[in-house]
Amino acid sequence: MIYKDLVIIGGGPSGLSAAKIAAEAGVSCLIIERDPFLGGQLVKQTHMFFGSKKQYAKTRGIDIAKILIDDCLKYQDLIEIMTDTTVVGLYKDKVITTLHDDTYKKIKAKTIIVATGASEKFLAFENNDLPGVYGAGAVQTLMNVYGVKPADKVIMVGSGNIGLIVSYQLHQAGVNVLKVIEAASNIGGYKVHASKIRRIGIPIETNKTIKRAIGKEKVEKVEIVSLDKNWNIINDSSEIFDVDAVCISVGLSPLGNLLSMIDVKMKFIKELGGLVPIINEYHQTSDDNIYVCGDVSGVEEASSAIVEGYYTGLIAAKNLGKKHKNFQDLSLEFKEQLANLRSGPFGKKTLEGLEIMKEDTNAK
Amino acid sequence: MLNKTGVPDKSLVKSKFPDSKLLLKAKAITECYEEIPCNPCSTSCPFNAISIGEDINKLPVVDFEKCTGCGVCVYSCPGLAIFTVKVKEEKAIYNIPYELLPYPEVGDIWDAVNRQGDIIGDAYITKVKITKKQDRTLLVEVEVDKDLLYEFITIKERV
Amino acid sequence: MRIKEHPILTFPEKEKIWFSYNGENVFGFSGDTIAAALHALGVMTLSHSLEMKRPRGFYCAIGNCASCNMIVDGIPNVRTCVTQLKEGMVVITQTNKGELYDI
Repeated sequence: MIYKDLVIIGGGPSGLSAAKIAAEAGVSCLIIERDPFLGGQLVKQTHMFFGSKKQYAKTRGIDIAKILIDDCLKYQDLIEIMTDTTVVGLYKDKVITTLHDDTYKKIKAKTIIVATGASEKFLAFENNDLPGVYGAGAVQTLMNVYGVKPADKVIMVGSGNIGLIVSYQLHQAGVNVLKVIEAASNIGGYKVHASKIRRIGIPIETNKTIKRAIGKEKVEKVEIVSLDKNWNIINDSSEIFDVDAVCISVGLSPLGNLLSMIDVKMKFIKELGGLVPIINEYHQTSDDNIYVCGDVSGVEEASSAIVEGYYTGLIAAKNLGKKHKNFQDLSLEFKEQLANLRSGPFGKKTLEGLEIMKEDTNAK
Repeated sequence: MLNKTGVPDKSLVKSKFPDSKLLLKAKAITECYEEIPCNPCSTSCPFNAISIGEDINKLPVVDFEKCTGCGVCVYSCPGLAIFTVKVKEEKAIYNIPYELLPYPEVGDIWDAVNRQGDIIGDAYITKVKITKKQDRTLLVEVEVDKDLLYEFITIKERV
Repeated sequence: MRIKEHPILTFPEKEKIWFSYNGENVFGFSGDTIAAALHALGVMTLSHSLEMKRPRGFYCAIGNCASCNMIVDGIPNVRTCVTQLKEGMVVITQTNKGELYDI
């Protein structure tokens, strides 16, 4: 059995940020990451990020990943890193079981931060399992991490930020993006992203959805239909297009499976993306020594994931007896940054979701 | 309109332009129409000409007296939503951000494109700038006919 | 279909890694996952659904959806999208629940 004060499950922007602050406070921690590399979804993001300077605005996601990783590498004596390692079990007595190559390990932690992020939702339509139907994030991984051209001609389903950004990135990689379709009446993501793809000739069509993918061994065509304002399919609105890939970008869902293993209180809050753990203002779940941060606690943007990570690392360190020397200032600073990020129209949904969660925490 | 199509209508675009007499010198046009948490244009401007304030969701406001058209905001905007423009005789001269291959070259004539992605005329490439500070966002200086002042937004390689 | 030129990223020449796919000798590059290497070779079908044997391919790329499960070096249900490619790997398309053989 390996003993650790703090184990952080997930080496994406939130987990890395938590580790940095915890190490700054003097806590010895372990980051466990299932991918062969650290950085989470940041390693695929070739575009400049939003937010403010404190969240690395105007820096490309791939470079933010490097900064966050470097920040952790500065604390080599305090931060241990296991990559290519999947957490396969999380137990109530704070034992974590991991799998790396063919080896199982058991780790007993005093405190655990779950920062496992979120994964792409599926969309139900006929033949949605055909090769050639991808999650938009997957296409990003192929292009930007492995340098593999995902397809020649693609249709993007979903006009949230991921759908819009990935369409732009597909174009940059030399892929023909036929169009972006959106089931709702309005574009879901930032309008600047939408404008960017309209000017390079990629149409965005609202009130449309995919009815089926067509092909024998892989996608060859798609059938698109139009929807009325009640989301019903309009008769005779069918259009068929030749494509060799369909990208599905219909939102993210928190990856809370590990939390369900240890019976922390969970709640389905659609404003936060789905099933999330009920947490207090300190990011503690119903088990005081299990914390969460980043998209697993509610789907937002990377900028929020980073600040949540910093804040959670700060609190977890204090509760482990290692209060950061700037605890007061940083605590206020991080809460202010989060409030700022969430104060605009795009933050409204998150704030509503957090209110719903508060009702449950108060009811306890 | 913008919420459905991603294309701002002409009146919205015009609202970001200063008085035409100010366009004798290059000025930054911030096509930021929606509140999102973002402020690098404001923090990057070497002349403090763009203000957003404490609440980073607020839209940027350009002080056209202070703006020198230097272009730092053009490559700092994560949404690629800023360009500079000046009017000289019969031409409108733009400085636009560009992140596609192939790169244009000085002397090229490419297609001038509007916000819908339609070709609207000729774009003469007069300068191409890439520095480390720009972090892979090219700055391209383009000349188009003055009548396209509120239409032109980007260039497309002429095949 | 490997990307050679990109406006933001550079894809430097990497070391070739030879492996076997359904009996054929093929290669990927250092840093590839098995699924990425196969995709670059034009392989779209990575596994099959259990009941109806429908072809399945790359979907989520982060090890969540199980569409990319293949038999690697005799071990079934290997999530090839998060498994690094190694020299000499023997990769076979899986069409059942997976059986453990004596290796």
